[in-house]
Amino acid sequence: MVTAAATAPAEARIWQLLEEVSDPEVPVLSILDLGIVRGVAIDGEQITVTITPTYSGCPAMNTIATDIRLRLLAEGYTKLVIKNQISPAWTTDWMSPAGRDKLEAYGIAPPIDGTATGHVLNLFDKETAVRCPLCKSAHTHLVSQFGSTACKALYQCDDCREPFDYFKCHS
Amino acid sequence: MPAPQPEVSVAPTPSVAANPLFPFVLQLADTSLILAHRLSEWCGHGPILEQDLALANIALDLLGEARSYYQYAAELEGKGRTEDDLAYLRSAVEYRNPLLVEQPNGDFAHTIVRQFLFDNFHYELLKALKNGPDAQLAAIAEKSMKEATYHLKWSSEWMIRLGDGTPESRQRLDKALAVLWRYAGELTTPTPAETNLQELGLVPDYAALLPAMQAHLAHVLAEATVPMPTTPAFAQQGGKQGRHSEHLGYLLTELQYMQRTYPGLTW
Repeated sequence: MVTAAATAPAEARIWQLLEEVSDPEVPVLSILDLGIVRGVAIDGEQITVTITPTYSGCPAMNTIATDIRLRLLAEGYTKLVIKNQISPAWTTDWMSPAGRDKLEAYGIAPPIDGTATGHVLNLFDKETAVRCPLCKSAHTHLVSQFGSTACKALYQCDDCREPFDYFKCHS
Repeated sequence: MPAPQPEVSVAPTPSVAANPLFPFVLQLADTSLILAHRLSEWCGHGPILEQDLALANIALDLLGEARSYYQYAAELEGKGRTEDDLAYLRSAVEYRNPLLVEQPNGDFAHTIVRQFLFDNFHYELLKALKNGPDAQLAAIAEKSMKEATYHLKWSSEWMIRLGDGTPESRQRLDKALAVLWRYAGELTTPTPAETNLQELGLVPDYAALLPAMQAHLAHVLAEATVPMPTTPAFAQQGGKQGRHSEHLGYLLTELQYMQRTYPGLTW
């Protein structure tokens, strides 16, 4: 059966549906908040969605591709291509302002632009000052550059004592 | 009049590809995969939880990098093999990783020294590949370099903590460095195949990477109060040409177990 949606696919509608696909690791973020959708191309009935991985080994990428496919299939779009594009490399600069607010409300400190580890010779350098997403205190310290997933570092608040994830700057 | 050049066949495997870049991309893939596997062996055994997580994180980054290379290698080869075929269905003699990355984990100091020697090379290699002529390799390198930066910072800081730490940590670091230093030279010693590709401009000139590598090594060892090794760094090599230590066979037995036992298994 050919649905109306499949015969006249509008790009805006596709973007709307992509907004409903969430990041499986951080379900409060949509894949648009995360900034990993590079483009939508429509060629007749074929729809190509290009996504870019956050980290090379991010295990969520396969799930995200499947979730996009399922969301679009449910609306009657059947000719789908999900393309993976690695260049230009993803950066946290592409994360939307709304996404950053959602992250903090969820208990994960959002990335602070311009603080990526760029200089390897700056060993034991000053830690990025990260605000505690729970009590909003600025008195926090880095526990480990490597957290619960590749994209996060582990911090602890010195005031409320809560450990929390920081979505590290990646640019 | 010059006699016609005889055909020289150095690689008798049937997987010799038309694209000259194929064996090099495969070598990069094998290197990242084998080190990723070694690091993943730490999972659940790290000295403290945060460092257990760090080791697993770095393993995952390298595994992701290896996948990108294997996918590209499969495409370059163009014989219908997939990334999984290349990772799971080749034997130890077909693997092209340098010997350093297949060396067993040992204690934490041993793992840190192995990682530091690799990261110091990996970071500079990716920097060069990022600006290289092959667009796909450049794209993979651009992506992986962001991650490799964190790796090098982590292993450098641990070199300093262990070297300038307690007598126990220092003694373990010294022992690890004495063993693993002999494997470091293979990373930047081109094989005949690599030399050919370097002449074509397809593979970075390793000699050009050395000044930056040596500067960082000297800086970290000085901070760690550890003297620069004086023995040759190139004593142990052959991995990049398929001559491996006995450790690789055991590693692959575990890594490839499911595919070998249940051919074609998927989930």
